[in-house]
Amino acid sequence: MDTFILILITGIGLGALYFLIASGLSLIYGLMGVLNFAHGSFLTVGAFVGFWVASKMGFETSMPEFILAMIVGGLAAGLFALLIEQLLITRLYDRHIDQALVTVGVSLVVGAVLGGWFGNDLRMFPAPLWFLTAIDIGGAKIPADRVVYIVTALLLLIANWALLKFTRIGLIIRAGVENRNMVNALGINVRRAFSTVFFLGGFAAGVGGVLVSVYSNGVSPLIAGTYLIYGFIVVVIGGMGSVPGSFLAAMMIGIIRQFANYYATGLGDFVVVILLAVVLLIRPQGLLGKVRA
Amino acid sequence: MIALSVKDLHVKINESHILHGVTFDVPAHKVTALLGRNGVGKSTTLKGILGLYPGTGSVQLHGQEIIGMPTYKIVQTGVAYVPEDREIFATLSVRENLALASRSKSNGEAFKTIYDLFPELNARASQLAGSLSGGQQQMVAIARALLNKNEILLVDEPTKGLAPKLVTEVANALEKTAHETTMLIVEQNLALVRRIADNVVVMDQGRVIFQGGPENLNDPAWVHQMLGVSGGSL
Repeated sequence: MDTFILILITGIGLGALYFLIASGLSLIYGLMGVLNFAHGSFLTVGAFVGFWVASKMGFETSMPEFILAMIVGGLAAGLFALLIEQLLITRLYDRHIDQALVTVGVSLVVGAVLGGWFGNDLRMFPAPLWFLTAIDIGGAKIPADRVVYIVTALLLLIANWALLKFTRIGLIIRAGVENRNMVNALGINVRRAFSTVFFLGGFAAGVGGVLVSVYSNGVSPLIAGTYLIYGFIVVVIGGMGSVPGSFLAAMMIGIIRQFANYYATGLGDFVVVILLAVVLLIRPQGLLGKVRA
Repeated sequence: MIALSVKDLHVKINESHILHGVTFDVPAHKVTALLGRNGVGKSTTLKGILGLYPGTGSVQLHGQEIIGMPTYKIVQTGVAYVPEDREIFATLSVRENLALASRSKSNGEAFKTIYDLFPELNARASQLAGSLSGGQQQMVAIARALLNKNEILLVDEPTKGLAPKLVTEVANALEKTAHETTMLIVEQNLALVRRIADNVVVMDQGRVIFQGGPENLNDPAWVHQMLGVSGGSL
């Protein structure tokens, strides 16, 4: 039983990391139809800026210092995302192949610049020491950092939901995901919503970057790689443009992957890809996605 | 007084030339009906005016050139649009659909007018718009356009696909609206056109072939020649 709980909760923890990157990807695609391959670089930028802030505090950080590093990393990634959107994406709306090429290019450039600057070796992230302790849940010893991932993802899910539900810009974003031409035809500059979504997506990815650095035992320009791929898988399974769908799919994939890896070592990725294929066959719009008119 | 003046409007969509120099005027505070067979470019003309399709030529609203402006700015200058397939936001509630459309913060009065015109929308304000009937969705689409102060209302086939009883309801709503605003309406239902139109513009193959009063609509031979249909009833 305790093994079951351990795998379940570490799976949810992993899912939380996937969600942080997938939520932005999903909204950006849902609203603008942009397949944003640069999203991994938002994660990396957040990780490095968070690392820089945390390093100023010493070899370990207190919890408030760690939270500060997370927020600053998120803000930096959000601003970087906004910059990319303003400089490149605004010129390429509705040119999907060009968008894919340019965003892949951005991720290569960011990887190369950071690699040239810091090298590709992992650098230990100064996290609070208590992340290494175990919390006893139902007899299972859960690593404490997992709880931080889960709580962060939940907070961002709630903040996301509140923004979409209760603000005017959220209303514009929800309407734009459904039909952005009609939003324009109501006299609303839908591009303002695009920028907001890029910033928010970048913020979540940046916060995710700091947490991924802790999970992977350090920062490096290469940490984003698998998370971006998993982010895309989560978005497809959850449904393009649906943040709750991303949350559900991220948790599902995190849990399934952990269980598969435990019972059949190394099969985790394989099982996830099979799941992706099954969802695409049975429900191509994703779990909570809408069928496009 | 002319509210909207379209001159030599050309629109190409993916290399195919749809509008070949459309020219007509929409007088202020009157209802102008844009008629013609299917596929002659009526909807494209409305979308061209709105900037939803890029066009060349001239479109002036009270003398101000609006062609080439982004759609949202054209709408902000006072061009409201009720699209052909209603295009309400299915995943938003009725209230959210209306709130989205309202560009002014002090909109209490406008909402009251709308709910007076369509009491049903008030009763269903929290319902998801996607779960409404076709007629109710059309009311949302019209209400959305009426929430702001407009110079002109562009309405594209408001009765398309509606049951006869609903056609009457929508027609009543449009008639009430017609007293208060300038309207350019594309409509196949000739009975409705006869009821509300002050002017008629007929298009064929991407051009305007007639502009004048609505009297001719009572002449079956004219209607058959111009529109290729006989009569049309409510």
